[in-house]
Amino acid sequence: MKIRATQAIMECLLEQEVDTVFGYPGGTILNLYDELYNYRDKITHVLTAHEQGASHAADGYARSTGKVGVCFATSGPGATNLTTGIATAYMDSSPVVFITCNVTEPLLGRDSFQEVDITGIAMPITKATYLVRDAQSIPSIMRQAFAVAATGRPGPVLIDFLKNVTAPTEMIDYEFIPWYENRTWGSVRELSESHGLKAPEPDHEDIDKLVEMIAQSERPLLICGGGVVRGRAHKEFRTFAEKLDSPVAITLMGGGGFPGGHPLTTGMIGMHGSRASNVAVDRCDLLIAVGCRFSDRVALNPNTFAHQAKIVHIDIDRAEIDKNVLTDHHIVGNARRVLELLNERVGQYSHPEWKEQILSLRREREEVGEDDSALSPKQVLETIRRMVPKDTIVATDVGQNQMWTIQYFHFDYPGQLLTSGGFGTMGFGLGAAIGAKMAHPDKVVIHTTGDGCFRMNCHELSTVEHYHLPIITVVFNNGTLGMVRQWQNLIYDQRYSETTLDRGPDFVKLAEAYGLKGRRVTNVREMEAAMAEALSCGCGYVIDCMLDIDEMVRPMVPGGGNITDFLLS
Amino acid sequence: MRQTISVLVENQAGVLNRITGLFSRRAFNIESLAVGVTDDPAISRITIIVDSGNSVVEQVSKQLNKLIEVIKVRTLEEDRLIGRELVLIKVNATAKTRPDIMTICELMGAKVADISPTSLTLELSDTPDRIDTFESMLRPFSIQEVARTGVIALQKGSGKI
Repeated sequence: MKIRATQAIMECLLEQEVDTVFGYPGGTILNLYDELYNYRDKITHVLTAHEQGASHAADGYARSTGKVGVCFATSGPGATNLTTGIATAYMDSSPVVFITCNVTEPLLGRDSFQEVDITGIAMPITKATYLVRDAQSIPSIMRQAFAVAATGRPGPVLIDFLKNVTAPTEMIDYEFIPWYENRTWGSVRELSESHGLKAPEPDHEDIDKLVEMIAQSERPLLICGGGVVRGRAHKEFRTFAEKLDSPVAITLMGGGGFPGGHPLTTGMIGMHGSRASNVAVDRCDLLIAVGCRFSDRVALNPNTFAHQAKIVHIDIDRAEIDKNVLTDHHIVGNARRVLELLNERVGQYSHPEWKEQILSLRREREEVGEDDSALSPKQVLETIRRMVPKDTIVATDVGQNQMWTIQYFHFDYPGQLLTSGGFGTMGFGLGAAIGAKMAHPDKVVIHTTGDGCFRMNCHELSTVEHYHLPIITVVFNNGTLGMVRQWQNLIYDQRYSETTLDRGPDFVKLAEAYGLKGRRVTNVREMEAAMAEALSCGCGYVIDCMLDIDEMVRPMVPGGGNITDFLLS
Repeated sequence: MRQTISVLVENQAGVLNRITGLFSRRAFNIESLAVGVTDDPAISRITIIVDSGNSVVEQVSKQLNKLIEVIKVRTLEEDRLIGRELVLIKVNATAKTRPDIMTICELMGAKVADISPTSLTLELSDTPDRIDTFESMLRPFSIQEVARTGVIALQKGSGKI
């Protein structure tokens, strides 16, 4: 069947069961948007205020659903505005297909208006990039792009269409093939055969070896990494942890992979990890890390990390093995499949003394009293946690607000926590919250942010208003770039160079200017009242929480230090 | 340690950029790089020589393997590879010095690619070591220009990558 090239692009999106895209139109992508107009009853387009917002929204949509997110932008500045979002998705292995259009073939490479080599720019921050110069290749490239983004270790892919390829006169041969069939078809099949797009079947001998190591261990520790979340392996992970009767430390990206309130959890690990997690790393004799890449924020000093332990790494990406921390054993495969095989072979263990040694450290922390005179981050988060449904989705920004959210809010399922872990993108949260709310209109979506982060992308409040998305933005407003100030306070002799944010806007008035509601709060009672109003008002809501400028994230281990060398307890 | 990496890639625009990007990202220098099409016009072979530790090369190989344009990656064993490079050297030559230069050429198996009243352009295909020797032997005659292709290599024997 012959159809328009742009029609084929839309049909290919439908093949992948895409029903929502985020984006921003412009000159070169006009043909695509013109076609989208024909498909507006099948594909919902969310127009953001800025391409960066669209990129984070598509990412948030992907993280919260496990499906591939889709984002459109025009050439030149439209495309470069995506780059922070692409890198954010890449660092956290989030599957997003970014679609841009470029100038027409005769103008290519002539520094034409709004021309940029986006496939070149995006190379180091994507799994693959495609420059489409031939309309006939559209179905094959679209199918490949989605397969590459979604399979193996997921990640972003960029497709750049030359404008002439999308011309209404371009007709191509096309046949609708649903994604589950086209994954074993034509060029995708070839790619799958040459690159093993899917995760390899775990080596059964490797599994047996780990089973043996577990039998010999007296002090095992599990790390729940982002791979458990991306692989939706949370059920298998929980069974495994309970069989091992082992403490579980959770990385930032692992939030939601293991229930935050489970009796075995030690909380977050790493730079701002709990004492229980970090001490457990130091004392364990077997460390099993699932889907974690031992980043510098987790392993800190790779030479002393888990120095008493045999380190076992389970990961879908062979390139992660021995990249940051040298391991004693590894299993390459999809987290869910590896854990399934392990659960079949591992018996029930019991480590009461070891557990008590570690988990008692967690209780000590919980019992520390607090001063009630001023509003604390803990009170803000505990108020939220008490008042929202258990399945509430939380999108964070980056810095202190992010660490507090993860420390004090318990996450129970993959996709519940949306946070920029690897890239640490300030301004990620609101876009991500928009994406999550579009995917889950029935769930409460909270966006936690700081005054610095919020200022970066607060223009997306217009998107929140336009699409009637009752997202609750909670601003941890301490009048400073809190995490950087914390470092300046502890490491730079309190020289607060350019971190004091003593400036507008008034966030409550800003919310009102965008047609939303808001309230400033200075104590727990006001926080409760604001949350009650936010949950019932049915529109976007901004809670401006006034905090002390010197609030810190505790504990803290300095970068590169030994994991138990706490600078702050 | 010097290592030779042989990479089979799809013969497409942008692929070389992607490959070299993986090296520059880790801030290590490529000593030599040579690209050419194989017997299958859709596939190119890139031969890369790096001077770096084992773990770095292993990491880069794993990363190369992940690229969808990369078909195969192999680190060649140094004692079991045939490595060749082509060099063109333009050297000052007068009627007086020409016989001495020609003697060196004969000894090394080099050919004369071009001649002028004041210069000779010589051509040699050999191992990088012998090319270095050739170059140093010519240096006293004053070299004007050198162009080297970078090493291409295959594994010895009937095995292939």
